[in-house]
Amino acid sequence: MPTDSTSTLTPALTARDLAVFFGSHQVLKNVSIDIAAKAVTAIIGPSGCGKSTFLRSLNRMHELVPEARMTGDIRLFGDDIYERNVEPVIVRRRVGMVFQKSNPFPTMSIAENVTVGLRLNGLRDKKLLTERTEQSLQMAALWDEVKDRLHAPAISLSGGQQQRLCIARALAVQPEVLLMDEPASALDPLATQKIEDLIIELKKDYTIVIVTHNMQQAARVSDFTAFFYLGELVEFGPTKKIFTNPSQKRTEDYVTGRFG
Amino acid sequence: MTAPNHSWRKFKNVFMQALALVCALLVVAPLVLVFYHLIKEGFSAINWAFFTQLPKPVGEPGGGMGNAIVGTFVVLAQAALLGVPVGVLGGVFLSEFGGSKLNWAIRFAADILNGVPSITWGIVVYALMVVPMKGFSALAGGVVLGMMMIPLVMRTTEEVLQLVPGGYREAALALGIAKWKTIVQIVIRTALKGIVTGVLLALARVAGETAPLLFTALGNQHWSHKLNEPISAMPLQIFNYAISPYDDWHRQAWAGALVLLLLVLSINVGVRFLTRDRFGARNH
Repeated sequence: MPTDSTSTLTPALTARDLAVFFGSHQVLKNVSIDIAAKAVTAIIGPSGCGKSTFLRSLNRMHELVPEARMTGDIRLFGDDIYERNVEPVIVRRRVGMVFQKSNPFPTMSIAENVTVGLRLNGLRDKKLLTERTEQSLQMAALWDEVKDRLHAPAISLSGGQQQRLCIARALAVQPEVLLMDEPASALDPLATQKIEDLIIELKKDYTIVIVTHNMQQAARVSDFTAFFYLGELVEFGPTKKIFTNPSQKRTEDYVTGRFG
Repeated sequence: MTAPNHSWRKFKNVFMQALALVCALLVVAPLVLVFYHLIKEGFSAINWAFFTQLPKPVGEPGGGMGNAIVGTFVVLAQAALLGVPVGVLGGVFLSEFGGSKLNWAIRFAADILNGVPSITWGIVVYALMVVPMKGFSALAGGVVLGMMMIPLVMRTTEEVLQLVPGGYREAALALGIAKWKTIVQIVIRTALKGIVTGVLLALARVAGETAPLLFTALGNQHWSHKLNEPISAMPLQIFNYAISPYDDWHRQAWAGALVLLLLVLSINVGVRFLTRDRFGARNH
């Protein structure tokens, strides 16, 4: 269940004066935030407010956009992830990501999808791969549903199962942080609930940052909530405070559904 | 109140439908005509000897174009060796790398090359290879068809790679997989059937080319396995027989055309089979 303590936790990610530009268009302005370790932080805000860009800047995925550039500083447990000699590939092994649209690789089986990150990074040990497959699927609460058909095509799974498979795939490389970009917005209510239960379960071991359009979802699963508007971080604090007693008028208007 | 008269509108509707049907039939008609003629004129000359024996001198009945059939495969194999790697890697570059201006220029060049008349290719390779090497050769034949394949394969490869959803690339990169491994193991693997389809269609397209081979492979009347010597190919043999004054050779030309058409047709059917399989797998 969400907790209200802020200062006692060590931050997993710290951003200072983060600004992101796509060409001449500034998408994020002066964002400074401490994201607590082993907790769920929700990012909310209307479409186009920069919340996905912020999420992607945390594992340098925004760099896939041509002409993207950033200023400021992001540290992962103290390590500057934008330092000159840091490869984005290494950052992304430490900061995993799950996307809005489930995207298991269609040419691979369920088991192959889980281990793809390990195999393509050179892990050959069959026993370890098998272990990690079960472990990751267990963590993603998918093991019981697929253990008898690990070699079936991944795309034979239902939408909700595919999304949990993508979570298992991200977990298999043992990241320190898991970023989720609206992971349940394409799923039905039952599948959504499974994902939410899973998020609450996963925060025991992982730092989770989740972008969501669904305010109830943010309230249900997160410990902290950050409200973004027009590229700025308007307010950040314990979820309970943001939803019941926000200090900013714009936050209150948004969480009560007056705009956005 | 009288019912409005729709008869003129109905007539126009029926007329246009009929016109469209006639045009559709006109598209199919040449294939039927070609097949009818080829079978009528050439089928009688197709027998075991046709596939296994050398052409006979004028006046001697029988013989075949075994050397030309083998030669076609030799030339096509060389063309594939040149055209497939260059074309596929070029397509990968266009789809996955490069700036938009550079890629626009490459794409534009490839599209122009796809429209270059095949005899032009023949003359170019004649000047670049046949003249300096002081002779026609199977190698020059393979090179000219390979060069024709490159822009074809490149554009189809690019197109099928573009069909791979960006989500797969993102998912792989987000797992900390290097870009080149993502491209080889995820993107190309996902689009592999489409790439193979494009390669086969390009092979089918160049298999029937005659003009470029007249300037390069030239053709001969015997078994040949040396790449630095002229080699026969089916289009060349068909050409030589067709322009001869002998009825017997005309029949052989018809038969050769029939076999060549069947070869191209079977490649196309193979492609259909591949693409059907792909959609079958997707609907699992």
